Amino acid sequence: MNWQAVVSIYRFEMARFFRTLAQSFISPVLSTSLYFVVFGTAIGSRIAEVEGVSYGAFIVPGLIMLSVMTQALSNASFGIYFPKFIGTIFELLSAPVNFLEIVLGYVGAAATKALFIGVVILATSALFVDLSIAHPLAMILFLVLTCISFSLFGFIIGIWAKNFEQLQLIPLLVVTPLVFLGGAFYSIAMLPPVWQIITKFNPVVYLISGFRWSFFGVADVPIVTSLLAIGGFTALCLGAIWWIFKTGWRIRQ
Amino acid sequence: MAMVNIRDLRKVYEGGFEALKGVSLDIEEGEILALLGPNGAGKTTLISTICGITLPSSGRIEVGGHDVVDDYRQARNLIGLVPQEINLEPFEKVLNTVRFSRGLFGKPRDDAFVEQVLRKLSLWEKRDSRVMELSGGMKRRVLIAKALSHEPRVLFLDEPTAGVDVELRRDMWETVEELKRDGVTIILTTHYIEEAEEIADRIGVINGGEILLVEEKEALMARMGQKELHVELTDALDSVPESLSSYDLKLSEDGQTLIYTFDAKADRTGIGRLMAAMPEAGLKVCDVNTTQSSLEDIFVGLVHGQDKTEEEQVA
Repeated sequence: MNWQAVVSIYRFEMARFFRTLAQSFISPVLSTSLYFVVFGTAIGSRIAEVEGVSYGAFIVPGLIMLSVMTQALSNASFGIYFPKFIGTIFELLSAPVNFLEIVLGYVGAAATKALFIGVVILATSALFVDLSIAHPLAMILFLVLTCISFSLFGFIIGIWAKNFEQLQLIPLLVVTPLVFLGGAFYSIAMLPPVWQIITKFNPVVYLISGFRWSFFGVADVPIVTSLLAIGGFTALCLGAIWWIFKTGWRIRQ
Repeated sequence: MAMVNIRDLRKVYEGGFEALKGVSLDIEEGEILALLGPNGAGKTTLISTICGITLPSSGRIEVGGHDVVDDYRQARNLIGLVPQEINLEPFEKVLNTVRFSRGLFGKPRDDAFVEQVLRKLSLWEKRDSRVMELSGGMKRRVLIAKALSHEPRVLFLDEPTAGVDVELRRDMWETVEELKRDGVTIILTTHYIEEAEEIADRIGVINGGEILLVEEKEALMARMGQKELHVELTDALDSVPESLSSYDLKLSEDGQTLIYTFDAKADRTGIGRLMAAMPEAGLKVCDVNTTQSSLEDIFVGLVHGQDKTEEEQVA
């Protein structure tokens, strides 16, 4: 293993993040505050409790997941797409590094950024609502796995994308709707029966449900299913990346 | 054992374009090889395939005895590449982007060495500037600094002087000379013939994905170079005297100089006979000099010769 290279890529990517630290920090704080004003105060005041949890607190895990997933995706996809776009990828391809080291560097940095934003949102939320975390270890596990798996997914999108439109396509058309419909702002039990069944096909439901369980001990789906879902998704992304590595798809002619 | 050893290298791109048609080439340790060829000849593809940016379709490449596909780590550890295009992360600082290259190649951080490289390329003052704030020439210096930052033993310079000013050109050749003294093998591609003539030990000519020849620069020029004998006359002539017609002489426009083309390597150059025949034809000689044809003439001759052969084959 060329650990020096992994660290170099990681630091180079993190430098991009620190250059825009104010932006990286302020934007999630602001959007989280807005969500609390709109959903927590304006709408939430008319919703008493969901599954024994105040509505303001109920949406916190969903809010964190929403930001973490989209941030991990966009950071990781942009991180590897940008060198392709400006041509600096030549250096990665001609360096004594293997694909695993490249993935570790880029995905590690993207996941770190997403984790940072997740923690910032959690801290911001604590200013608005009383929060208690029932299963802190499970909470950290879900959060970290989500950061990693969505960064892996973003990396794949970044490798696949041939232009900026494609880079935005999957996050906008697939992931954002799935996350919004994944129970970030409501409990599945609040939906009509037909939609409850349809929702079960949305993988994000399992992630948000599991994460919420780690906070409040209540979940839409069994916690084991959630763990299998996040584990399965991570494995799927790793498999895809392994295949890209084997074939050199869209990287090396 | 050659530093770079290429055997029957073919590269066919996805669209079916055959960029390299069975290239074999040995590059010796410590030499400067200039690869000369017109645009689209396959120079960049050859370099990209050695460096791992593209994969060979068939054939084998070894660098320092390491196969570039199977032992890519050992092979690439030895290689530095300065690409033709200015590909740099625009928002990063010069120093960081050079440090990054060193780390990427697995070398431990060495600020003193990086400083030395930056100073040599007159970049030290600009170390905290963002790449996007630099001029084109400075950006090219950064690319060179990145390639040198990991102490390569084989350095590829792909069209290093395209759009470069005189000062940078001079600095660059100085750097190249210095590297050569340290025993670094240098391969540069160019379509400027003067460049090859200036610094290369050996010259390879590539066209249409094939190496047409590789030779010592002097040998190449001596073997292929025709020489011209310029004979300056005291009195101007209107035409070449009848008695000298067998020498195929050309007369300069002012009628003052007779030009005789000969092969310096031939057993008989014919110079002696010509010089003897001149007074007999009533000519008074006041000065004589010879000139050697440049690489450019050789190169044009080779590439045209190949194009003609191909046309004939097609016809």
